[in-house]
Amino acid sequence: MSAEPRLVEVRKNVLKQNDVIARALRQQYRRAGVLAVSMVSSPGSGKTAFLEKTLTILRSKYRVAALVGDLATENDAARLARSQVPVKQIITGTVCHLEAAMVQAALEDWSLDALDFLFIENVGNLVCPASYDLGEDLRFVLLSVTEGEDKPLKYPTIFNSADVAVITKSDLAAAVDFDEGLARANIQAVRPGIEIFKLSSKTEEGIEPYTNFLEDRLVRSRAAAIA
Amino acid sequence: MHELSIAMSIVEMAQEEAERHSHAHVQAVHLKLGRLSGVVKEALLSSYEMACQSTLLEGSQLVIEEIPVEVYCPECRVARLVRSIQWFCCPECGAYTPDVLRGKELEVVALELTQ
Repeated sequence: MSAEPRLVEVRKNVLKQNDVIARALRQQYRRAGVLAVSMVSSPGSGKTAFLEKTLTILRSKYRVAALVGDLATENDAARLARSQVPVKQIITGTVCHLEAAMVQAALEDWSLDALDFLFIENVGNLVCPASYDLGEDLRFVLLSVTEGEDKPLKYPTIFNSADVAVITKSDLAAAVDFDEGLARANIQAVRPGIEIFKLSSKTEEGIEPYTNFLEDRLVRSRAAAIA
Repeated sequence: MHELSIAMSIVEMAQEEAERHSHAHVQAVHLKLGRLSGVVKEALLSSYEMACQSTLLEGSQLVIEEIPVEVYCPECRVARLVRSIQWFCCPECGAYTPDVLRGKELEVVALELTQ
């Protein structure tokens, strides 16, 4: 028995298992020509309303579907079913974020070939989802005008991990004295160069540039897959 | 709070490694933790203690090396450490940069084992 400990090198990513599945999902999306978009935000920032509006607009031209993560209820899926596209709820139980394996399991009986867009709504949480790659092509982070302009500075990790920022509930901006310039500056400070959309799911103000952007990204992602 | 599930993954990885080394006893796990990993050091340390309970790692130590956030400055054309993760810009010239080189690590680098 030697009492002197020996150091053994390991060098393994703790989230390796998640990353391996995420990579496999990304390849599946690419092969099927699907643009996968995930959405993260605080609870109550309007994710479900935003997703419902997105699905309703896109479904006239595209084949769309959504996965919705929630801690305990199926309320969101029921709401989103009104958009008349395939929606599946992932109930995470006590888990505060989605992981790639949950997405993979939820997709098991769906054919990606039959889709153009797949939306994945994460659990309302600006902390934990930051660590988990879901294989998505684009990660959207939402910030509603009622939350305060400094939210990006309070949660820099999740904002930094996002590809697109969306300022939601723009119809309420005047009522809460929302300082758009400051919010944009804060978002850019934690994620320089990020694309920002400001819109209202209720009045549809600002929706068109956003859906145009999605359509453009779908075309570009398919072109890249062929090249 | 996802630190407990992360801690459980660390314990699991360490156990597998220890088995590969003729079931050695794990004294300590060395971890690299980036400031942008989304994992909080203090929460992870207390979660680790919980995750170790009733396992072969009970009583072992989690040694965390925190990795600062390093970005590439497009103006100075060198790697720089950011002063704050609320401000992704070069600390020298102030240029904004989205290019993160280091700081997202969540990696078990080594184990201290005894037979």
